Amino acid sequence: MKKIESVDELMKFKETALEKIKERQTSGKTTIVVGMGTCGITAGAREVMMAIIDEIEKRSISDVIVTQAGCAGMCQHEPMLEVIKPGMPQVIYGHLDEDKARRIVLEHVINGRVIGEWALVQRD
Amino acid sequence: MHYYRAHVLVCMGSGCVLSGARAVKEALSEGIKEHKLEEEVQIIETGCMGLCDLGPRLVIYPEGVVYCRVKAEDAAEIVSEHLLKGRIVDRLIYRDPETQKPVPLMKDFPFLSKQFKIALRNAGFINPEDIEEYIASEGYSALAKVLSTMSPEEVIDEVKKSGLRGRGGAGFPTGLKWEFTAKARGTQKYVVCNGDEGDPGAFMDRSVLEGDPHSVIEAMAIAGYAVGAAQGYIYVRAEYPLAVERLRHAISQAREYGLLGEDILGTGFNFDINIRVGAGAFVCGEETALLASIEGRRGEPRPRPPFPANEGLWGKPTLINNVETYASIPPIILKGGEWYASIGTEKSKGTKVFALTGKVNNTGLIEVPMGISLGEIIFDIGGGIPNNKKFKAAQTGGPSGGCIPAQYLNVGVDYESLAELGAIVGSGGLIVMDEDTCMVDLAKFFTEFCQEESCGKCAPCRIGTKRMLEILERITNGEGKEGDIEALEELCRYIKNTALCGLGQTAPNPVLSTIRYFRHEYEAHIRDKRCPASVCASLFDSPCQNTCPAGVDVPIYLDHIRNGRFLEAYMEVKRENPFPAVCGRVCHHPCEAKCRRAQLDDPLAIRTLKRFAADWVYKQNNGFPVEPPGVATGKQVAVIGSGPAGLTAAYYLAKAGHRVTGAPAR
Repeated sequence: MKKIESVDELMKFKETALEKIKERQTSGKTTIVVGMGTCGITAGAREVMMAIIDEIEKRSISDVIVTQAGCAGMCQHEPMLEVIKPGMPQVIYGHLDEDKARRIVLEHVINGRVIGEWALVQRD
Repeated sequence: MHYYRAHVLVCMGSGCVLSGARAVKEALSEGIKEHKLEEEVQIIETGCMGLCDLGPRLVIYPEGVVYCRVKAEDAAEIVSEHLLKGRIVDRLIYRDPETQKPVPLMKDFPFLSKQFKIALRNAGFINPEDIEEYIASEGYSALAKVLSTMSPEEVIDEVKKSGLRGRGGAGFPTGLKWEFTAKARGTQKYVVCNGDEGDPGAFMDRSVLEGDPHSVIEAMAIAGYAVGAAQGYIYVRAEYPLAVERLRHAISQAREYGLLGEDILGTGFNFDINIRVGAGAFVCGEETALLASIEGRRGEPRPRPPFPANEGLWGKPTLINNVETYASIPPIILKGGEWYASIGTEKSKGTKVFALTGKVNNTGLIEVPMGISLGEIIFDIGGGIPNNKKFKAAQTGGPSGGCIPAQYLNVGVDYESLAELGAIVGSGGLIVMDEDTCMVDLAKFFTEFCQEESCGKCAPCRIGTKRMLEILERITNGEGKEGDIEALEELCRYIKNTALCGLGQTAPNPVLSTIRYFRHEYEAHIRDKRCPASVCASLFDSPCQNTCPAGVDVPIYLDHIRNGRFLEAYMEVKRENPFPAVCGRVCHHPCEAKCRRAQLDDPLAIRTLKRFAADWVYKQNNGFPVEPPGVATGKQVAVIGSGPAGLTAAYYLAKAGHRVTGAPAR
């Protein structure tokens, strides 16, 4: 590690260091909840979630929480996920795969556009 | 930077480590590997969050779910259920002790509800071994602000404005101390951190040093800038190996990042810190003894003045503050002294950390605004007294402090209010006591502690505490005599007025304050040879008999019942109580509350067994056997009033051979 030699450097360093702990701060973030019941896992929820994580990392998006939930009772629509973005309706998407998951990150999470054709439920 | 979707924060404070946190962490990382989650889930070691009783403890983010008393065997389930499937593992969730309602999320913990964290702001939330996490949490920003925009005078002004007072116990205004040291003449000055925490049951400083060592380092550098010192020493006791290790690590990291050493942040300011490990003598918490110990001399206090601000380490001006005091400094610099002064009471500003221990449901470390009532601490944060027992008193300030009885539960906890009650805020030990505590025994415990820890330099402390202890031992052994209380009071006064240092001057406090509020307990020991709380073992045979208002020999009659001798059991009760059948039904059975068996599972059903024996006798004889009166004495007694007391008197008078005539009171 190179020495921090000025106040400005410290402040810049702080910005990068924030990445390390920001997952522990929850307010004002977008939450992606992946259905991870037995039904979801069999239908490929793990791959969907890994695709989302990969996409978040690639695009270095901050302020996103990825978490899981159990079976929602609509097993025929798995893999499902719900996107809760502040200021937007909550949307549950179904019948997903890795590509669709990446699209959701791009369209819904980053661009703030609901992908109507994959949406199962929309709550305002 | 790699994105982890979940962070598992494992508490690695001393408390959790001792209850097995390391094994839990190992098991977790194995489970994570097994499920191939290494790329998604990160395990982070943190310091103590205060819930030591519930350790080993984890918090899983982003949800903020807390798991308590986790064992290594539970790790697999946490990984496969929570981390893989997102299902909360119900059985490891904290439950409200009263309602049994599960409380999965940290933000809903009643224990944290009334807390306000300043000194402990980072403990439990960041990895203490990673300076970057500290920097991300505003760490070293205060130092940067001080070095780049403030003059030393402005720093001292800010600290003065905050109203911060020494958290080690004495409560001296911190800003003034800084000013004295800054103004003291001399080119070489030192900054010292007192981490010699020794009060029984207190672990505030340990928690800060283990959970957030950089906050102390940063504050010492700020202090160095303010008073004009380039060298700091942290004095920490060898009993805190983890704190020493984390401190060493933190100091070397700070040096590596250029936050300690020469030309810090390019401002030309030099400051470095060394650690001195103390051997763990209580007296070394006293500032002059501590300084002597740093210098390598024997840890003995010296008279003040001169105060360390003028003549400290090697005779040079020295600023010495407690760990918790330092930990409060960076937020004061960042948010301003006025912000800090807006918290707390008029004369006691800010927050104070307490180690809440003893007979209370939630034990652990809490940080609360000054002036919060004792009742709120014990009942709202602490969750009340376990096993439905009654609150008796709270002891603050450890061996230098005093006790606060139940009638003062509404008093706000701050320096002035507690001093008025004969207790002190002290370093922050807060021991809750229930009805099973004997106050004389408590006073004896603390006196014994002070006596053992007395350095022996001055006579009042060395000999005085010894004499005090002898009297207390006599009283608790049932050999107390009239005049003992007065002798104790006199001795206390002498020691208070003449001892050399704080240890001796405050050693009489526990005795004085227990005499002040619980004089009747001392009197019961001395006059009646009775320990009302059933603690002083040489004064009674069994706690149940000692607690019984009638003094029935409970173990004997229970033993008769065990051996099937029901009539003998009945007669044994009647020796002290003529109404076994009645009391077997209506007695409020204080005996059962003291039953030793209750410490294992449930108390014996003492009252119901009495009822059983009496009913058995009644059934066998078609009524209770009529006993013959004693050998006639020729005397006659009239008993006026035929309630339980009158009937009891009549019964035993007749057994003694007097002729008794009973008459209703009206």
